[in-house]
Amino acid sequence: MALSSGNQVAQKPGADAQVLLLVATRKGAWLYHGDVARKTWRADGPHFLGQIISHMLLDPRDGRTLLAAAKTGHLGPTIFRSTDFGRSWKEAAQPPAFSTVSDGKGRTVDHTFWLAPGHADEADVWYAGTSPQGLFRSTDGGVTWAPFSSINDDPQYRKWMGSAQDGTPDGPKVHSIIVDPRDTQHMYFAMSGGGVHETVDAGRTFTPIMKGLDVVEGFDRSDYTFHDPHCIRLCPSNPDRLYQQNHCGIYRLDRPSDEWVNIGKSMPKEVGDIGFPMVVHPRDANTAWVFPMDGTRVWPRTSPGGKPAAYVTRDAGQSWQRLDAGMPKDQAWWTVKRQAMTADRHDPVGLYFGTTSGELWMSGNEGAQWTCIARHLPEIYAVEAVVAASA
Amino acid sequence: MKVLIPSALRSYTEQGEAEARGATIADVLVDLDRLYPGIRFRMIDEQEKIRPHIRFFVDGEQVRDLAHPLSATGELIIVQALSGG
Repeated sequence: MALSSGNQVAQKPGADAQVLLLVATRKGAWLYHGDVARKTWRADGPHFLGQIISHMLLDPRDGRTLLAAAKTGHLGPTIFRSTDFGRSWKEAAQPPAFSTVSDGKGRTVDHTFWLAPGHADEADVWYAGTSPQGLFRSTDGGVTWAPFSSINDDPQYRKWMGSAQDGTPDGPKVHSIIVDPRDTQHMYFAMSGGGVHETVDAGRTFTPIMKGLDVVEGFDRSDYTFHDPHCIRLCPSNPDRLYQQNHCGIYRLDRPSDEWVNIGKSMPKEVGDIGFPMVVHPRDANTAWVFPMDGTRVWPRTSPGGKPAAYVTRDAGQSWQRLDAGMPKDQAWWTVKRQAMTADRHDPVGLYFGTTSGELWMSGNEGAQWTCIARHLPEIYAVEAVVAASA
Repeated sequence: MKVLIPSALRSYTEQGEAEARGATIADVLVDLDRLYPGIRFRMIDEQEKIRPHIRFFVDGEQVRDLAHPLSATGELIIVQALSGG
């Protein structure tokens, strides 16, 4: 069966194409095989029980290579590969690692946080973002990895990256590595903290794209260290449009403009515009989903008021509608991390998210109705939806 | 020399003991990695430092210097400390 990842290809699959969910958690990974109707799900796992899996992804180009970013709490990080849908796994021969520096001040990769396949025309190219912030590339399908571009050691970028004390609770991260589907030379990536950056020369140089983005009150917005993009997605149906869930709101960018437009102000005041994930529609660039969390006072990072809900915009961010049918109405204090919400390519689009409390939820009708398809898993870090490329 | 492998690393060796050669701990870890590719990086980071929860004992004494000399008849014990939940 040839498979491809959900957000990589906008083309609608056949009605009988089955969905496979790749679920990465704090204590291992699971594969959930859906039936044609997306009603029943067969659990395959745990894989890597006890290991921290930050992300698991399928290569949309060959439809068979799985990569999993792993770290056992007490051992160093690595990346595992499978070419038989997890029946067997083999460790990368050379996982992402910073350059060795003789003065003892070199950095150490704590974990690989984000995996991204390269351009469709560059088979076997993969990118990885790490914590602390680093950008890495593989040209052999994830077997060996090397630092990519100059940013890992560039003094200006190192300043923007800040230190571990400046980062998120699990460490500062490179994420949202996006390759323009029209141009192998054109890429984006983001740093929490450190801002959003773009290259048009295949990584030889990067330029920040920060106009219009807000920072926490009292900080200097001209200093990229203080910018904290949480998740950025490019619209497959319009690669000139990007959406961003930021620490300080929701934004849209329409290239060639380099100024982000704040589209979070129309969210209900009692819910706010803070969250981790950002999901885009595979065929409609005006439609996107967010999953708000409580970003007030001490930043509880829970569902606002204990009432979880996704929100959708159908008009590129001018308005938002609440989508909570089927979800708990009260006393549900979980949230959804930035890689833990995704869409498939079916019509209507299937949406999927995993919670910090270990529940896996889905909607087969673009968020109108939600169903819990698994519970009692470890804290979920990432969910990816894969659909059969052809029936 | 005999090397005792902690449970967390037995996915590489598939047993609790391994035989590896080398005049120092660093040499033995290189030999272990030749035998079990990937195992060294799980213990030693890219700056050649011992990872925080890994400890080495040579003939019963904890050793923090990777250049510590070893005897062919000695025993290296690799210990993985546990913390957190």
